[in-house]
Amino acid sequence: MSLYGSVGTVLLLLAITAPVSLLFGFFGAMAARSGFAPLRWLGKGYTAIVRGVPDIVFFLFFVIAIDQALEWTRHKIKCPDWSEPIRQGSDFVVCDAAKLPLSTSPEWVHETYSFLIAVLTFAIVFGAFAANVLYGAMRAVPRAQIETAEAYGMTNRQSFWRILVPQMWIYALPGLSNLWMILIKATPLLFILGIEDIVYWARELGGTKTARFTDYPHGDWRMWYFLGLLAFYLAFTKVSEVVLERITQRLSHGQATAAGEAQRKATS
Amino acid sequence: MTCLETIQAYALRSIGIGERLLPRSDYTLCDQFTLIGSGMLWNIYFGVFALLSGFFLAVAVAVAKDSRNPWLRRPAEWFIFVFRGSPLFIQFFLAYFLFLQLNNLEIFGVSFEGKFKWFTSAWLGALVVLFLNTAAYSGEIFYGALRSIPKGDIEAADAYGLSGWPKFRKVVFPTMLRLAWPGYTNEAIFLFHATALVFFSGFPAWQQRGDALYYAKYFADKTFNPFIPYPILAFYYILLTLVIIWIYGAIGRRLNRHVPQEKRRKFRFRPQYIR
Repeated sequence: MSLYGSVGTVLLLLAITAPVSLLFGFFGAMAARSGFAPLRWLGKGYTAIVRGVPDIVFFLFFVIAIDQALEWTRHKIKCPDWSEPIRQGSDFVVCDAAKLPLSTSPEWVHETYSFLIAVLTFAIVFGAFAANVLYGAMRAVPRAQIETAEAYGMTNRQSFWRILVPQMWIYALPGLSNLWMILIKATPLLFILGIEDIVYWARELGGTKTARFTDYPHGDWRMWYFLGLLAFYLAFTKVSEVVLERITQRLSHGQATAAGEAQRKATS
Repeated sequence: MTCLETIQAYALRSIGIGERLLPRSDYTLCDQFTLIGSGMLWNIYFGVFALLSGFFLAVAVAVAKDSRNPWLRRPAEWFIFVFRGSPLFIQFFLAYFLFLQLNNLEIFGVSFEGKFKWFTSAWLGALVVLFLNTAAYSGEIFYGALRSIPKGDIEAADAYGLSGWPKFRKVVFPTMLRLAWPGYTNEAIFLFHATALVFFSGFPAWQQRGDALYYAKYFADKTFNPFIPYPILAFYYILLTLVIIWIYGAIGRRLNRHVPQEKRRKFRFRPQYIR
């Protein structure tokens, strides 16, 4: 039963992470092209920081870093009269009230908390990738479109929201669909973050079962479980490819691109 | 221990030379730098051998995928789809358990007991997976380059009366390599990044001989402080990336030496991120 639940966990992660990281990416890209210099540096720094270093390092790093940052902030707010230092040699000590989640809370809170941290980590990392893609897409929208908007007397804000944003998606789509594929393939990393996902269950259920502990003894089946996982991911990739192809067709409609032009010629 | 002694004790720890016990307490910066650097040896080993061996299979796969014969094309397409379409992480797991199974396999009374012993350890098993994986990814890059060879080059080769193997060796292959080189550089960089996954999948680190990430995680777990080991790891990786770009740039310049400056394809850092 938990195996099916863990498939749900993976799908839930994808369903939450995709829009959230898109949002992160959107704000990152907006910041990167802002006229206000510090904001621009922030945006550019955000997109630059995730390159050059293996992603898995970020997944290991952010989880602890976010956790400690949250506990540190709560510690400062809730226990202002705490005198001992937080970093005692190789220990990280905060007062009990600042522990996240509270040690008294039930188990599902702990599980949800670690899942949310994982989602946040995924969103930060993939947000940076998405910011990169969207930044490029915003620059790819033909300059003439913006100039026309300005000629109509639109303000910067109006031309951004009414002209640039609706048109940029078709330029962003190849990059974003690439990201989606990568996101699918990144989901097994959940296992590293200590969440009981499908990789965990494949190991657990596939392992040797002896007659002493279970009614269904069997040998080492982990190979078959992982073969199943491989098939699951391949099928998922294939389906996504087909769906994304449809969306590209749909978005090309009426755009000033080669694909849009081809559609126009085909119908008229 | 002074820093020099630490380096003597731990610089080759990852391949089993030097001090047996890892540092237990009072971790200095020097400890962390030395051990994580020592782990990088494994990353370099996996990366270099997978790239060298994968190159030949990649060329074969690319040529097969470009072939008109469906008996050659279909397997090549499937090979590329399977290895590019699934997470490398799962591939590592699957391979590890597959080798474990093969170890106690018996077909028609012939026992394979212990025949796959080497494959279940990381140095060979993970290398096989990385070899197949990089072959699929670079095969796709080479295939793209094969498709974008200028028509004029092929026609010129035909006009000179070249065909078959001489045509491939003298015209098609060098041009393909030249066109694919920027993409292949990126592939090399990300293969090295992918080596970080080895000891996080099924393959166990025997006697705590692990790669750079293994030791970085060791320190992060022991000190509850991710802010020192991971940046050190990042530093090593950026260094490695720069070295790769330098080496591949030199080869790329040699491949392009007959091409006018402005017509050369420039290398652009285009990450694949996760495989």
